[in-house]
Amino acid sequence: MPAVQETVDRVKRIDVDQYRYGFETLIESDKAPKGLSEDTVKFISAKKNEPAWMLQWRLEAYRRWLTMTEPTWARVDYPKIDFQDLYYYSAPKPKKTINSLDEIDPEILKTYEKLGIPLREVAMLEGVEPKPGEQDPNRRKIAVDAVFDSVSVATTFQAELKKAGVIFMPISEAIREHPELVQKYLGSVVPTSDNFYATLNSAVFSDGSFVYVPPGVRCPMELSTYFRINERNTGQFERTLIIADKGSYVSYLEGCTAPQRDENQLHAAVVELVTHDDAEIKYSTVQNWYPGNSEGKGGIYNFVTKRGDCRGNNSKISWTQVETGSAITWKYPSCILRGDNSRGEFYSIAISNGHQQVDSGTKMIHLGKNTSSRIISKGIAAGKSQNTYRGLVTAHRKATGARNFTACDSLLIGDKCGAHTVPYIEAKNSSATFEHEATTSKISEDVLFYCIQRGLSQEEAVGLVVNGFVKDVLQQLPMEFAVEAQKLISISLEGSVG
Amino acid sequence: MNVAVAKTGNGRAVSDLFASAEGRLPGSPAVIAVRREAFETYERLGLPHRRIEEWKYTDLRALVGEVLPLAAAPDAAALKRAADAVKTQAIDGARKLVLVDGAFAADLSDVKALASEISVKTLRETLATDAGLLKTPSTDAVIALNAAMATDGVVLSIADGTQLSAPIQIIHIATAASASAFTRSQIVVGKGARATIIESFVAAGANAYQVNDAVIISVGDNADVAHIRLMDDAPDAVNITSQFVTVGANVKFNVFNMTTGAAVSRLQGFFTLAGEGSELSVNGVNLLQKTEHGDTTLVVDHAVPNCVSREVFRAVLDDRAHSVFQGRIIVRPDAQKTDGKMMIRALLLSDEAEAYNKPELEIFADDVSCGHGATAGALDDSLLFYLKARGLPEKQAQALLIQAFVGEAIEQIADDGLREHVIGIAERWLERRP
Repeated sequence: MPAVQETVDRVKRIDVDQYRYGFETLIESDKAPKGLSEDTVKFISAKKNEPAWMLQWRLEAYRRWLTMTEPTWARVDYPKIDFQDLYYYSAPKPKKTINSLDEIDPEILKTYEKLGIPLREVAMLEGVEPKPGEQDPNRRKIAVDAVFDSVSVATTFQAELKKAGVIFMPISEAIREHPELVQKYLGSVVPTSDNFYATLNSAVFSDGSFVYVPPGVRCPMELSTYFRINERNTGQFERTLIIADKGSYVSYLEGCTAPQRDENQLHAAVVELVTHDDAEIKYSTVQNWYPGNSEGKGGIYNFVTKRGDCRGNNSKISWTQVETGSAITWKYPSCILRGDNSRGEFYSIAISNGHQQVDSGTKMIHLGKNTSSRIISKGIAAGKSQNTYRGLVTAHRKATGARNFTACDSLLIGDKCGAHTVPYIEAKNSSATFEHEATTSKISEDVLFYCIQRGLSQEEAVGLVVNGFVKDVLQQLPMEFAVEAQKLISISLEGSVG
Repeated sequence: MNVAVAKTGNGRAVSDLFASAEGRLPGSPAVIAVRREAFETYERLGLPHRRIEEWKYTDLRALVGEVLPLAAAPDAAALKRAADAVKTQAIDGARKLVLVDGAFAADLSDVKALASEISVKTLRETLATDAGLLKTPSTDAVIALNAAMATDGVVLSIADGTQLSAPIQIIHIATAASASAFTRSQIVVGKGARATIIESFVAAGANAYQVNDAVIISVGDNADVAHIRLMDDAPDAVNITSQFVTVGANVKFNVFNMTTGAAVSRLQGFFTLAGEGSELSVNGVNLLQKTEHGDTTLVVDHAVPNCVSREVFRAVLDDRAHSVFQGRIIVRPDAQKTDGKMMIRALLLSDEAEAYNKPELEIFADDVSCGHGATAGALDDSLLFYLKARGLPEKQAQALLIQAFVGEAIEQIADDGLREHVIGIAERWLERRP
């Protein structure tokens, strides 16, 4: 069934022309020479004062990258990227040594203020009363790591986190301060040889967040990283590594925006998650990179490798993503369910508009016994966009009792867009139970009948039921993000096709 | 591919496979040129392997390795064996067309009875003047190989309005061991015609052979066609079949495939709905055991609005069998009001069996209702327990549940007699289970 007018209007409101974060911050920056070579890799490593082993690791990745070719299997179409025409490192030029937040370039602070990212923890710490209606006084604290182009500019609440034993810092600092942890885990989930973009990232990543939650600790606040691409012709290559030790829990949020530009910019991130026995990581993303203008000019190429490894028994990794930005998205947050009874979850809402191309989904790799996974994916395509769900669910021979449930629905608004579903389902032992469905019939006739009987029109009834379902996905997001996400999508999914 | 390279007269290199067969391949010089081109396509691509997305789960280089040399034309002894096989395979009341080792066997066929209602020709005859049948719009290597090597097939034309009084049964019989048979057939169903076409694949004493078959079907407006394929090739044989089906407006086309044989099999069906108001129903059951590998790959292309397509597939996997199902529903930009549903279920009876399902949707129109579902799993323990508690032995309880499982696909066959025939095949397969 076609989308109702209300839905169409709502989508229009978040159409690419309405991009609100497209401003540019004019600051001086410190860049690596254009192009990519061993010297670039050495330059980045030197900028970060990295130990020799890290440089070695990068160089090995770089040499391997030279032998690799770009993947072409995704349903995305873009001109060939000239990897020599990019800056691989760009950092705001430091005016002097920074000792506190107040000394950060005010332009950068202003940028984050404009984006609504609270870098100033002062107000909250000193117990300043929020103005009525402005902020919820019960609002939970969020520690933020702000990454501006290639470097982290500020990380808040570090002291309070330290009290709990949680390490939350830019990964460049972690390499220097906690080399044993970084060496042990970096590349253990996404090896340097993993894929073209992950290998590129391994060679040139400049910053990102590092989180370590010690055994038995429930991280006292939400952790968050906010990525901002500012500089022209700059690729952003961040690397995030989160380790939840035995019995710990952490919730991590990620947000991203970029200025409006006519040329495309490359973003190739790697995220690695590790959970040990009984640990849980909840990773949420609101991705709102600049999607390009209504003619399809400009926008971010978002080629991201995200993978979680449920290494311990009874561990859990949950991915939630709301994807509204980027000209091209190529992203498959995955779970390796290695530990017995481990659980992986993937909740996704992907909205594409204008000329955006989304090829996203997940992989659930069942290796341990009695592992379970759930995939809920909602794709909405409007304008001239292409929206593809691509997912893999596989159970290995020894993964007895593996269970998966997958539901992916898509909605098309207009006849110039496309919605595609490409699931791969591989059962290699008989006790695995896999269910996959992509269909509108998910909405029960009984429920519809109930609503219609009470005076709702067919469309209102469908809207009501499906909205309730989307909210389930939204509720997976931590509250602060759910609000932002809801602003991005207050869209009903009626008329979805599989 | 294990092929020796030989030079031909004009200096171009072709492999032994084609060079040694060339003299026996029917067709005018123009046809031979088409064949040569097709073979070059095949040689360039080689046997499909897992790096080719459409063949990801059926790596012929690993599973088959090499293409066997062309089977010799059947001799009297072979035809005698084939005649015996025809007797066991013939479906009551059906009119037979028999192909033995890739050659049409007129003596075993009911050409006369058929000729009163439809036009029957062989591919061999057609190729004497026309190369059109060897041209198929595909870049698939096995289809190109088929075009290069096809020795015979049937070319049927059912005139507008013809109501066939009896089903047509095309029987492919293999009598030559360790050889390949390449066949290609065409069936044209006229407007408003009604027909039932059955295809059977069996062995008559042969083993370790390879079958590469292609069928091109076009169905005119308002026609009503049932197409049943029963593949029961020898347990160590290879069967690769490609179907190209184009249907017009207001057509009812009902397809069923039953796979019970062959070590490696692949049925790839390309269906195009080219006229509005048509209903396409494609269904099938794969019963696989030992180390059998059964692949069903479908592409259903909704090119026009207002069509309905339904696919119901079941795979039952015993021992170390592998099943592959790839089904893609394409809805073109103008194909509004399309209603497409696909349901695939795999039942794993053994811990070493593997099921690969890949149902795909590719949708470019906004006012459609499309969906697919896929499941994989073992027999329900509680249902088994229920039956056993009522005194049924384990094997019988399993058989009952398996029958119900495959029944959902088999019941899509409209004709009562044929449906019973297919149920019989499933029952015998279940009885053979240890």
